[in-house]
Amino acid sequence: MNQLLHQVLSGLATGGIYASVALALVMIYQATHLVNFAQGEMAMFATYIAWALIQVGVPYWWAFAITVAGAFVLGVAVERIIVRPVENSPILALVIVFIALLVIFNSVAGWIFTYTIKPFPSPFPAEPLFGNRFMSSHEIGSMTITLVVLLLLFAFFRFTPLGLAMRAAAQNPVSSRLVGIRVGWMLALGWGLAAAIGAIAGIMVAPTVFLEPNMMGGILLYAFAGALLGGIDSPGGAVLGGFIVGVLENVVGTYVGSELKLTLALVVIIGVLVVKPSGLFGKVHVVRV
Amino acid sequence: MRGLDRRQLAGLAVLLVLACALPFLVANYRVFQITLVLAYAIALLGLNMLTGYNGQISLGHGAFYAIGAYTAAILMDKAGWPYWATIPVAGAVCFVAGFLFGLPALRLEGLYLALATFALGVAMPQILKHKSIEEWTGGVQGIVIVKPDAPAWTGLSQDQWLYFFCLAWVLLLFVLGWNLLRGRVGRAMVAIRDQPIAAQAMGVNTAMVKSLTFGVSALYTGIAGALGAIAVQFVAPDSFSFFLSITLLTGVVIGGLASISGAFFGAVFIQFIPNIADEISKAAPWAIYGIVLIAFMYTMPTGVAGFVRIARARLARRRGGSTVR
Repeated sequence: MNQLLHQVLSGLATGGIYASVALALVMIYQATHLVNFAQGEMAMFATYIAWALIQVGVPYWWAFAITVAGAFVLGVAVERIIVRPVENSPILALVIVFIALLVIFNSVAGWIFTYTIKPFPSPFPAEPLFGNRFMSSHEIGSMTITLVVLLLLFAFFRFTPLGLAMRAAAQNPVSSRLVGIRVGWMLALGWGLAAAIGAIAGIMVAPTVFLEPNMMGGILLYAFAGALLGGIDSPGGAVLGGFIVGVLENVVGTYVGSELKLTLALVVIIGVLVVKPSGLFGKVHVVRV
Repeated sequence: MRGLDRRQLAGLAVLLVLACALPFLVANYRVFQITLVLAYAIALLGLNMLTGYNGQISLGHGAFYAIGAYTAAILMDKAGWPYWATIPVAGAVCFVAGFLFGLPALRLEGLYLALATFALGVAMPQILKHKSIEEWTGGVQGIVIVKPDAPAWTGLSQDQWLYFFCLAWVLLLFVLGWNLLRGRVGRAMVAIRDQPIAAQAMGVNTAMVKSLTFGVSALYTGIAGALGAIAVQFVAPDSFSFFLSITLLTGVVIGGLASISGAFFGAVFIQFIPNIADEISKAAPWAIYGIVLIAFMYTMPTGVAGFVRIARARLARRRGGSTVR
């Protein structure tokens, strides 16, 4: 029983990471009805920037802040420069461009930083907090940061004029343009925010999975599973889905065997798509004939 | 071979003669590389049927390549089958696997299918490593296959013989593919890609055509995997990572979506460019793949085959124009 509790709790910690990446995916999906296959690799690249900053002696939280800001700029730049010209192409062309981005970020990271696995520091103390036996302080810390990010995002979209404008641009681009919202820039901002969230997730997960160019591959897959499970057009659902997948992964990994963890994500994805494609909280997709 | 004029047939015949002469003109290692090009060409034609003609995006075709390769390897290594007998079995196994995967995939459109196949491609190496099938697959170590000898009467080296073996499969599968894609079924596939509702209204059995396309596509890719495995003499889970799926997709895009001859251009690219780029850096081939993918999507969405078609049409027009004047 203790072991199960332990697994569930550390599942929640990794689930928080999946939830962040899932949320980043959902943000871009809501605005453009696209899934950014390069989301994970962009986060990985940002994590390398943080690592390089820490290596040259920048204090941890400064490196954190610079990286998140840098990731935001990177996200905006990718949208404006690479995605914008093919915006209205068929979906196949867009998927190919995203896959190309995935490959480019992955190989450039390997090129600059080599493929050797690097340890990444955790900002949290090594001893467990409050003398608890179930969660390491990094797990508690990263979960707290994830939750804070999610709350901030919720507040941003709910209470600020800019957040309102972004939601409007995503929901009804034509009317938004008529009332003076610059829809194109709202999309770019969305990409920037998604990249920033991804960067935070990358920095938080790097101490556990270690830093290497392929570190986000599996995480992206779990994030997909989480986003689909919760409903790919529902931010709250995606977050919940991310946590569920995290717990599921840990529990299954303990009791069935960790070799099939990625397969579990495959099963979840196909299962959701077949049984309930709209996910737990998503809107049912209706096509007008 | 409907729809080919006499000039094109003559051109194909010349190409075939050249293809037969090739293994006697270059070193054995080059012959081996060109054999792989042939195997890739089959895989690319398979993926192109699904993605280019039928519009179903697959980011996980490396998985079917792996299934074909493993089927051949297991049959040869564990059951002692001769290499030539394993190819049709690999195709059949992949057809069933593809058809079954295509059934749930039927309900998925565009992006969602891309997601599901992405998951398949990423998860495949892990499935192959799993200990419950380790007895068959050899786990992480994989399986080593013995390279088949050429029959004594031919007097060919092993590499040359394998080349001709692959060439025969290429001929068979491309003629079949040509007839399939140019005929009634091919038109139905394209119709489903472009106007699914109209196609249904015209009486095309969308569900059947889509899942059959998935099956046939997997069959082609599986046969390619089996041929590739016999040529390389080795299968291991990590040679079939997600990047293999990306390689195949890159080949299709470069060769030209919805083009049959494009498969060869794409196969030459994915076989030889990495070798050249590898000398710069280990990461360079992938960086080049990525940049080329984006560049093609921006400037040449119809790929090399489309470019050749346009160039030929322009040339013909210019020549035709001058005679009229």
